[in-house]
Amino acid sequence: MAVEALAKLELQAVTKAFGDRTVLAGLDLSVRDGEVVCLIGASGSGKSTLLRCVNLLEPIDDGAIFLDDVDISVPGRDPDPIRQRIGMVFQQFNLFPHRSVLANVTMAPRKVRRRARPEAEAEARELLARFGLADKADDYPDQLSGGQQQRAAIVRSLAMRPEVMLLDEITSALDPELVGEVLDVVRELKQEGMTMLIATHEMRFAREIADQVAFLHEGQLLEHGTPDEVFDAPRHERTQRFLHRVTST
Amino acid sequence: MLIAAVSTIVVVVAIAVLVPMAPGWDRVERSFFAGDVFTDVFDDLLGAFWLDVKIFAWSAPTIVALALLIAMARGVRSPALFPLRLFAAVYTDVFRGVPVILTIYLIGFGVPGLGLPRPWNSPLLWGSVALVLAYSAYVAEVFRAGIESVHESQRAAARSLGMSSRQTMFSVVLPQAIRRVVPALMNDFISLQKDVALVSLIGPIELLRQAEVEKSLSGNFTPYVAAAVIFLAVTIPMTRLADYLLARERRRTGATAVA
Repeated sequence: MAVEALAKLELQAVTKAFGDRTVLAGLDLSVRDGEVVCLIGASGSGKSTLLRCVNLLEPIDDGAIFLDDVDISVPGRDPDPIRQRIGMVFQQFNLFPHRSVLANVTMAPRKVRRRARPEAEAEARELLARFGLADKADDYPDQLSGGQQQRAAIVRSLAMRPEVMLLDEITSALDPELVGEVLDVVRELKQEGMTMLIATHEMRFAREIADQVAFLHEGQLLEHGTPDEVFDAPRHERTQRFLHRVTST
Repeated sequence: MLIAAVSTIVVVVAIAVLVPMAPGWDRVERSFFAGDVFTDVFDDLLGAFWLDVKIFAWSAPTIVALALLIAMARGVRSPALFPLRLFAAVYTDVFRGVPVILTIYLIGFGVPGLGLPRPWNSPLLWGSVALVLAYSAYVAEVFRAGIESVHESQRAAARSLGMSSRQTMFSVVLPQAIRRVVPALMNDFISLQKDVALVSLIGPIELLRQAEVEKSLSGNFTPYVAAAVIFLAVTIPMTRLADYLLARERRRTGATAVA
């Protein structure tokens, strides 16, 4: 029990299939409070599905997911209060195109937390300013660059004051020169002690920011450890091959 | 621009010169374009048109509200609410599959036939109800297409923020869906504006019916032309507005028109 008490987020034997295709095959993973865990692995290895399951966007078939030692994966449990504690950022930003950046950020605090508009807006402007978007508050998402949109999407999640953030390949849709500004935001979140589970293709970034790196292969956690352990001395042959492939290009 | 202007003038002049050269033109001019008849009947027709406007004014918002409910009912995912979904599907199938005029006959003659007390036996009321039923089936399909055109990832983003499915529908999905279908809706409402005249077939004296009466009295077809002019005075601006909205939507979404 001592180990479990430390875990902010704990996945136990999580299984998920779409039809005949098993995407997660009895996966265990533990994220401690304030820890940053990077999920690496080839496309289709189950990284995104894992994040979607944690955010209850997909029901799991078997196993359990604990947030602060409470099983959040029980069928029939109201997902909304749980999602309010877990922020998620998507590859394609998924900002609401019909609302301004400010309205994107204040929508959930106002609708879900019933915050008064002036209060929610003041807080949103403060957050936007912190991430260099002060002058973009009244723009619409399609007037922003990809990097700005993704930063706005992160701010939108942060406005709900989540305890855990799930980042799903948040730089994959960006032009190379815009990746840096988004990764800077993630660095800042780590500084503040945010617990994060990050699916990423950016190996150098994973190495820099992760406390733990988890290598997924065919829906299983094949190897995990500190960045040094996984990147410098991968034990599993599949991990070696994957790292060789992504670092040699 | 110049080419367009020149070719337009040529065509208009040709029609203006050639058509009156037809052998029966004198007769047609007398029975369809009699100026004195036109001015005589115009005021009466305009008065009758007021009824069309009223029917439109109360039908249109009712149609929008009902159609939204049906479109959302068709989209419910909970298995417990399957009967609702089934009802909505049957509703749209039935009312889209029956000619509007038939719906008006069946409901407009059928329901007052039940012998309800006034004002519940008015053909005007049940004619409007029939219009609402028929059109809300069409409009519901337009809304449904709009709702389905909003990408699933928008829903995922809203739900991941902790918003309920209802909040997601009303704050994220519907506003985007409605914006996209406004031009298509305008077309349906232009049709509605004309189909309001069908209500006259079960009794109420509106513009079309009044024109018929005037035609019988004067023995001249000019009242029909006058009625057409009145309809056009309303539908052409509506059509232009629809075009404008469509063009604006295209610009907004970055799509360019293909010549």
